[in-house]
Amino acid sequence: MSKVYLALQDNDMSRYIVAAVEADNPGVTVIYQPAMVRMEREDSLTVRRSTVEAQLGQSWDVQELHLNLITLGGNVEEDDEAFSLSWVR
Amino acid sequence: MTLEIKTAAIEPVRHTYAHIARRFGDKPATRYQEATYDAQATVNFHYRPLWMPDKELNDAGHTAIQMADWYALKDPRQFYYGAYVQNRARMQEGAEHNFAFFTKRDCAAHLGEAARQKIIFGLLPLRHVEQTANLNHMSGAAYGYGTAITQACLYAGTDRLGMAQYLSRIGLLLDDNSGSSLVEAKHRWMSDAAWQPLRALCEKMLVTRDWFELLLVQTLLVDSHIGQLFYRHFDQWLSANQGRDVAMLTEFVQDCLQDVDNWSDSVIKQAAAESEANRAQLQQWLAQWQPQVAAAFAPLAEAVLGAAGQAAMADAAGQIKQRQSKLGLATEENQHV
Repeated sequence: MSKVYLALQDNDMSRYIVAAVEADNPGVTVIYQPAMVRMEREDSLTVRRSTVEAQLGQSWDVQELHLNLITLGGNVEEDDEAFSLSWVR
Repeated sequence: MTLEIKTAAIEPVRHTYAHIARRFGDKPATRYQEATYDAQATVNFHYRPLWMPDKELNDAGHTAIQMADWYALKDPRQFYYGAYVQNRARMQEGAEHNFAFFTKRDCAAHLGEAARQKIIFGLLPLRHVEQTANLNHMSGAAYGYGTAITQACLYAGTDRLGMAQYLSRIGLLLDDNSGSSLVEAKHRWMSDAAWQPLRALCEKMLVTRDWFELLLVQTLLVDSHIGQLFYRHFDQWLSANQGRDVAMLTEFVQDCLQDVDNWSDSVIKQAAAESEANRAQLQQWLAQWQPQVAAAFAPLAEAVLGAAGQAAMADAAGQIKQRQSKLGLATEENQHV
């Protein structure tokens, strides 16, 4: 059991992504550090396009995640609908 | 020797303004929240407007719709000035690109004569309708209550100006920037029989006082007709008649219209859900205006689309019905088609 993590710049855009991650991933730990928000979770973490769009009220491309991304840990799986991290092969 | 870098996290004394904290709790607020909630003055006005002495400078009584909290009518797109301007600048960049391409490749020269004439007669006069739409939204910005709705109305109003300007530029592309097509389109608007019922409807809207009524009629009824008639069926007609490239030029207008739709749907839905009285009022306005709007567009659909006019009008009625049920405003009685 190890944790995957996702760190974003702490800005206005990231706020909606963090809110979406909290909604989609029960048990996720959100750590606010200076200028950075780090999200950790056991095994897997998913950022869903539809959830971010609902939070944001506008259309959002999963690729836009990279504009605010600082670092991540886990195996990445990415498509048009979601961006997910996991240690499961 | 090892260096250890330490970060010191400093907790801010307060996360946001006190009035925002009272609404949402003392945590970092979004830009939209800080720029919107309770920004409008509600008390201690020094004088009443000279032109309307029975009202305060900001008065919730300019519409029959009543809300316990006007900030419930929030913008789902969360547009404050900065976010709105950035978003539209991006959209405009795409539109300018399309216009530049159209000019560079001389697409205007490849338009069929029938298509060119039809655009001047059937699409360009729409810019005068957009000007009315601009004034309808501006009425919401002027007489509405609470920054949530007034700022969004202002943005919708500027959207309409942009849409009207892009329609004008389509005309300028057709007449080598001489403006002659716009003069002709204005003439059509003022005197062609097919446009007169719609012009009468615009004039009627311009002297309607209730800003929420205008918002409803403009976004739900008029815009559904504009979308179906001009940007769907007329678009198809152009594709079939050597005018396909024009779709590049109306892209921005269509995206804007869609965006205004999404926002207005959410606002009307909130207002209807607030109370039975609001719902009844909105339904009464719809019942009163829908036949008028349909009657105003019908001759135009006929003149511009010919045989397809009927189908376009039916599609518009269908879209209105669909949106009505989404907004919780569906009525038992049969819709006018």
